[in-house]
Amino acid sequence: MAIEVATPLTDEVIAGLKAGDNVSITGVIYTARDAAHKRLVALIKEGQELPMDVRGQIIYYVGPTPAPPGRPIGSAGPTTSGRMDPYAPILMEQGLKAMIGKGSRSQPVKDAMVRYKAVYLAAIGGAGALLARSVKASELVAYEDLGPEAIRRLTVEGFPAVVVNDIYGNDLYEEGVRKYQVS
Amino acid sequence: MNLVDLREVSVAEVTSAVRRLCISANCNVPREAIAALERAVETEESPVGREILKQILENHRIAREEGVAACQDTGVAMVFVELGQDVHLTGGDLYEAINEGVRQGYKEGYLRKSLVADPLFKRVNTGDNTPAMIYIDIVPGDDLKITVAPKGGGAENMSALAMLTPAAGVEGVKSFVTEQVKKAGPNPCPPIVVGVGIGGTFDRVAVLAKRALLRPVGSRNPHPMYADLEKELLGEINKLGIGPQGFGGRTTALAVNIEFAPCHIACMPVAVNLNCHVGPHESAVI
Repeated sequence: MAIEVATPLTDEVIAGLKAGDNVSITGVIYTARDAAHKRLVALIKEGQELPMDVRGQIIYYVGPTPAPPGRPIGSAGPTTSGRMDPYAPILMEQGLKAMIGKGSRSQPVKDAMVRYKAVYLAAIGGAGALLARSVKASELVAYEDLGPEAIRRLTVEGFPAVVVNDIYGNDLYEEGVRKYQVS
Repeated sequence: MNLVDLREVSVAEVTSAVRRLCISANCNVPREAIAALERAVETEESPVGREILKQILENHRIAREEGVAACQDTGVAMVFVELGQDVHLTGGDLYEAINEGVRQGYKEGYLRKSLVADPLFKRVNTGDNTPAMIYIDIVPGDDLKITVAPKGGGAENMSALAMLTPAAGVEGVKSFVTEQVKKAGPNPCPPIVVGVGIGGTFDRVAVLAKRALLRPVGSRNPHPMYADLEKELLGEINKLGIGPQGFGGRTTALAVNIEFAPCHIACMPVAVNLNCHVGPHESAVI
């Protein structure tokens, strides 16, 4: 059974999540990927305000396809998270509580999750048509010039993800591979 | 040859075919890959892995039935053309006709535009997913075959090339390929298709690896020794334990496809190019 999670996320909710848990997210999540992260972190370093308050929030690493007529969004699966590793710790320091993506994170990012009490969730990579069904609304927040890389506020219902890294230093990818590896 | 022996093909037909293939390839996962995923649901030992495989199959069904892209990364448009030497193209520039097909297909199909014009400094999106990466081969006959293979960035980033020396032998190739898949881990959206190029030159071997991905999942290289190596590598890769989406399991790869070419006496280039489980590609003959 999936754990129901509502946004914004509290420290109590985060503390209850363990690597391997299935979660079902309802509420608001923000999209951001490479180019948007570069801009967000530049703003933080300059001491300027961000286009959205990241405290307690979830960032979804996604660049969706354009929404066909009558739909809130096109295909919307996760992109490879590792590319956001250079930026993620700074956002967690600002209060970001969760990231959704796919693929492994670097050690500094895992350390930052323990330190700032944040989690990393994976959605199924390459399942953009299926995942889009959980997205009920999409609204532009910033950086329209980035096209598919613009920041959007998504309203999701029952968005499915798996906890990969928790605040206790566990890593689902490492544990899973250890279990099925044939040496 | 007299001019009358040439078959005339308007480049407008090329544009139209490319437009249609861009949309279709992104929405319709190849049936051989679907069949391999269905078999994997039966053989996968990990319960989590089985559940993921089922959801992937559900995703691919939705994409096909609703005509939406299976993955939001609708990729850079790789376009491979086999141009019969008895074809006379009329009505314009072939490269521009292909790019126009990409432009139209990515707009009409609600596909993502994923290219930047300047790779390093400005990185501004070109806005229409052009330019396509185009390879044209001249072949005998008067057919014109076009294959569109949208290539996503996540799996592409996990590619690697090594200039191995002849002494490295079969073991050298095996350990290089297996090591790349291990390093890639969950990143290229397993279960993956592994394209391997062996031989040629530094530049040629990468194209061989990419072309290997155009072969259907489940096909074998016609050369028996390379076919055996494909089977052996698939077995080795599926012992790594990465599994569907990297959460652990037996189904890390659906196929290993190898293409090879003659090479210099001093060299043994090897390239690895990965595709995710969507592995889109589709062809048409004009």
